[in-house]
Amino acid sequence: MARVDLAIIGAGPAGMAAAQLAAGKGLSVCILDEQPRAGGQIYRDVDRVAPLRGDLLGKEYIEGRALTAGLGAPGITHLAGAVVWAIEEGPRLAYTQDGKGALIDARHVLLATGALERPMPLPGWTLPGVMTAGAGQILLKQSGVMARRAVLVGSGPLLYLIAAQMVRAGTPPLAMVETQTRGDFTGALRHIGGALRGWRYLLKGLGLLNEIRRAGVVRHTGAHGIAITGEGRAEAVEFTAFGRAHRIACDTVFLHHGVVPNTQAARSVGVAHCWNTQQRCFVPELDGWGATSVGCLHIAGDGAGIGGAKVAALAGRLAALDIAARLEAIDATARDTEGASLRRAMLSELAARPFLDAAYPPLPEALAPADKTIICRCEEVTAGDIRGYARLGCIGPNQTKAFGRAGMGPCQGRYCGLSVTQILAKENSQSHDATGYYRIRPPLKPVTLGELAAMDDAPEAAE
Amino acid sequence: MNNALPFEDLEAGRARVAVSFGGQDLHLPEGANLAAALLGAGITTFRHTPASGAPRGPFCMMGACFDCLVEVDGVTRQACMMEVSDGLVLDMPQAGER
Ligand SMILES: Cc1cc2nc3c(=O)[nH]c(=O)nc-3n(C[C@H](O)[C@H](O)[C@H](O)COP(=O)(O)OP(=O)(O)OC[C@H]3O[C@@H](n4cnc5c(N)ncnc54)[C@H](O)[C@@H]3O)c2cc1C
Ligand code: FES
Repeated sequence: MARVDLAIIGAGPAGMAAAQLAAGKGLSVCILDEQPRAGGQIYRDVDRVAPLRGDLLGKEYIEGRALTAGLGAPGITHLAGAVVWAIEEGPRLAYTQDGKGALIDARHVLLATGALERPMPLPGWTLPGVMTAGAGQILLKQSGVMARRAVLVGSGPLLYLIAAQMVRAGTPPLAMVETQTRGDFTGALRHIGGALRGWRYLLKGLGLLNEIRRAGVVRHTGAHGIAITGEGRAEAVEFTAFGRAHRIACDTVFLHHGVVPNTQAARSVGVAHCWNTQQRCFVPELDGWGATSVGCLHIAGDGAGIGGAKVAALAGRLAALDIAARLEAIDATARDTEGASLRRAMLSELAARPFLDAAYPPLPEALAPADKTIICRCEEVTAGDIRGYARLGCIGPNQTKAFGRAGMGPCQGRYCGLSVTQILAKENSQSHDATGYYRIRPPLKPVTLGELAAMDDAPEAAE
Repeated sequence: MNNALPFEDLEAGRARVAVSFGGQDLHLPEGANLAAALLGAGITTFRHTPASGAPRGPFCMMGACFDCLVEVDGVTRQACMMEVSDGLVLDMPQAGER
């Protein structure tokens, strides 16, 4: 059985930065990621893609190569295409790579599993041709596949980045249907101090908006009453803005209203989570180093709360320092000295967050969808069904499983969990914390019998 | 290049291999992400849901939603987590199968 000091799940900025720092302190590190190449969501496939189309993706994307290069350091084993499906006592990880199950033992585990796009249940969001905006960006980044006639729907900085990347690729979106309102912007102004301290983010946003404007992309703001229509696939986006009804014919719809922590792995081992009102999502309960209440387990990056790639890398390093101290590779003084400057950098990167969160809030009608709208994509359970369960006495997401199949499909609630919590909290006039979330049990991803049968007791991995 | 297709492939020059999807013969770029390559070839519906038979295609492209499921050698797998290889035989998962 392979054994390392530190096993990291996720080779995004958080995981990669942590691996490099920990190995630099003398720890043996194994970093596992289900993607075939390192980078995580922001820097997906950067080593291969930067020379091909780094110009369209932007300077920030190309910069990810500094982190992927760090994985070549001695002491780091990168297991690519390795899906971790269980975290067991020990700690021990069970994963599948190349169709074979395997185990790895570690003295400590770091979860750096990143974010998911916030579920955006709207009428028609399950039609083929409707994807998350992040999916549209993944198609461009990893595969160079561009939607010819796409409409972007939603709000937030990532939506502008993706629109600008589409413009540069020569396939600008047909239109942007933006959901933030004037009122959101005015309300956000109370956070303007932080926004000005985080001016680099604002400047970048303005630059993107300029590119989108120069390309002549039509922007609608304050959109509501949004529906995607079509027979068997997306054919149009319909909405109302400033009292006027619109219909835009298209082939592809990219939805986005923010990202939320991917908490599946943390929940599967019983890490406590609490509701974050500013970010409107659950976040794991951590100390200032990313340590959880579960022994030998830290969490860093967007999976710990949304901060973006720079914050993710800094948090990864902070966690690695604390882990190195716990494993006695460094002493507490060294940890604190090195940690202090990382923490300062992190605070300054986070300064613009409250402004951005308030200026681009999630779309209310996607948080409390109409009764007929599908919430659980896997099992096709509607918002009305969930409200019906509440009337029958269902108080939390785990109980919905006794009433119907919500959250029981293969995605294990990844794209319905937050919606179900929010609908039940509202129906039952309860807090989100009291309402809770689905109980997540391993395997985190389906495992086939063939993969288990091929399980090798002494897998090859880090020395 | 077919401008009527919903997606355009910026890496169209890549070497192609033979793949079949539901009996349809396709030539897809070798080593490309399978879901992206199928979309690039004009395939929008990958499967039908077990509950109502509604058509579905890729939604998240990051292995989280399971809407891109296809059947390979009798096993359902996420197309967005696979790469194109020569001679791949794919089917739509049977409607009604969980
Ligand atoms: C689709 C998408 C696109 C985004 N694009 C951008 C962008 O262009 N610019 C930007 O600033 N921000 C972007 N973001 C925001 C992004 O969350 C952060 O910028 C940044 O990537 C967070 O870094 P991280 O290290 O925390 O996690 P990530 O970069 O998300 O990395 C997490 C990694 O963990 C892996 N993983 C998760 N679970 C498992 C498992 N069970 N087994 C094995 N591996 C696993 C994933 O494959 C992934 O590579 C995007 C987010 C999403 C969801
Ligand atoms: S498209 Fe979501 S899992 Fe493949």
